[in-house]
Amino acid sequence: MSGPALSCTGVVKRFGALEVLRGIDVDVHEHEVVALIGASGSGKSTLLRCINLLEVVDDGVIRLDGEDITDPRVDADRVRGRIGVVFQAYNLFPHLSVLDNVTLAPRVVHGVARREAQASAMALLARVGLADKAGAYPDRLSGGQQQRAAIARALVNAPRLLLLDEVTSALDPELVGEVLTLVRELAGQGMTILMATHEMGFARQVADRVCFLDDGVVREQGPAAQVLGDPVEARTRQFLARIIEAGRL
Amino acid sequence: MTSTPVVSRLQQEREAYRRGRARRSTLVALLSTTAFATVLWLAVTRSPGWPRVQDFFFNVDVARASLPRIAEGLWLNVRVLAVCAVAVPVIGLAVAALRTLRGPVFFPVRILAAVYTDVFRGIPLIILLYLVGFGVPALRLQGVPISTTVWGVVAIVLTYSAYVAEVFRAGIESVHPSQRAAARSLGLSYGQTMRIVVLPQAVRRVAPPLLNDFVALQKDVGLISVLSAVDAVRAAQIEAADFFNFTPYVIAGLLFVLLAVPTARLADWATLRATRREQAGGTV
Ligand SMILES: Nc1ncnc2c1ncn2[C@@H]1O[C@H](COP(=O)(O)OP(=O)(O)OP(=O)(O)O)[C@@H](O)[C@H]1O
Ligand SMILES: [Mg+2]
Repeated sequence: MSGPALSCTGVVKRFGALEVLRGIDVDVHEHEVVALIGASGSGKSTLLRCINLLEVVDDGVIRLDGEDITDPRVDADRVRGRIGVVFQAYNLFPHLSVLDNVTLAPRVVHGVARREAQASAMALLARVGLADKAGAYPDRLSGGQQQRAAIARALVNAPRLLLLDEVTSALDPELVGEVLTLVRELAGQGMTILMATHEMGFARQVADRVCFLDDGVVREQGPAAQVLGDPVEARTRQFLARIIEAGRL
Repeated sequence: MTSTPVVSRLQQEREAYRRGRARRSTLVALLSTTAFATVLWLAVTRSPGWPRVQDFFFNVDVARASLPRIAEGLWLNVRVLAVCAVAVPVIGLAVAALRTLRGPVFFPVRILAAVYTDVFRGIPLIILLYLVGFGVPALRLQGVPISTTVWGVVAIVLTYSAYVAEVFRAGIESVHPSQRAAARSLGLSYGQTMRIVVLPQAVRRVAPPLLNDFVALQKDVGLISVLSAVDAVRAAQIEAADFFNFTPYVIAGLLFVLLAVPTARLADWATLRATRREQAGGTV
């Protein structure tokens, strides 16, 4: 068996004087789902943005299939093409139809013919249950449908790794379920996923492992049931207690 | 669906009442408008100076005599406008795009674009018209056109492109950063992200202010008259001097207004549409 699909070692990220990530070590193996949890502002999004090369790390190494992608000589666009990303909000391009959103990358980046790109995009849209919305513009879709379309778009490059950044936190409660169901299906199909989430119940069901980010380091990581059910660290327990108080577990 | 649905007596009564109120409102509006217009008309026409005013500003004979030349002059304004309407957005967009470039290589380009917008937004158009319109032809450089009109167009384009560049830049910056991040995440390059994702959204958003600038441009093309190009304004000036009467100016002014009205309505419509779209926009 080869090494992990994604491996972060000693990742440091500063914004001015603020040291957000202070040496993060996280691995994600092939077909594995890893959930990042942590308080707001703990750096979950920042870590995902570093992996996707939207931010330049200040120290440490991130490897994708063994290749050091933090090396300044790598072609960032090529690396990003191998990683699918869905953000919390503003994912879809509002001036393009759902179908055009999905076919954009294949056509523009990979030079796939329109017809061919549309055929595979329709298959993806069917997979996320949006085949009938292909021609619609994003503002005609519900929040949940928008996020499912964004997931379809993230899958279009057949990514090695899927990064999900709190994909349900901007949604009304009744729309959260349909998106989480889709993520669960993808996980079941063997997709390699690293996701930041506030949905502890979902993390426990779907994630193989959970990483608790705290004060710029990974305070605790391990099997989901253990970290969420019987945490070792006092800080993890405090964090989960607050979440339970807020009624989110 | 021509058959009227069955409506309760109560509802029929309500509707009859509402119709009555509506008729009354229309009547009141009509009466008050008529009364107002009559008073205004009487006040103006009965005032002691009115015959002289009418003769000086609204003289039908002078209007008839001067209209052909003024209209001919307006044709020059329209052609200048057409050139500006194409050149200004192109240059404005280019300057705006240059200002948003990142990376140390583009530092001089960014600075140049910033200085350009600052200088040409600040300098009065009339000074620029004199400088470029009279100054450049006076150099008598080889291969450089000596037509003052051409250089007048250059001056207008320089000024308006600076304004429009700032409008575009505001539009570009108003596109949510996540949109760029999403595009880059898909593997699109900086240029592709700009061209396919950012600019189309930016242009849509700034369409109303851009149309407003176009309305302003429509009348500022009349400023080329200071370069003694015989446009509508200059023609009116000549006719006014000939007849010793101000009616030609009124005619020229009216023609400019007529030129501007469609664009103004278009701007209103674009604003309305943009507002509607914002309000219809999804929450995610
Ligand atoms: N571009 C930036 N410039 C300056 N500071 C930033 C920037 N991006 C993030 N930060 C800061 O980094 C810290 C971590 O932010 P991040 O968005 O990664 O947190 P998070 O764990 O994703 O929080 P949330 O759960 O609320 O999404 C915050 O204090 C934030 O203010
Ligand atoms: Mg976040």
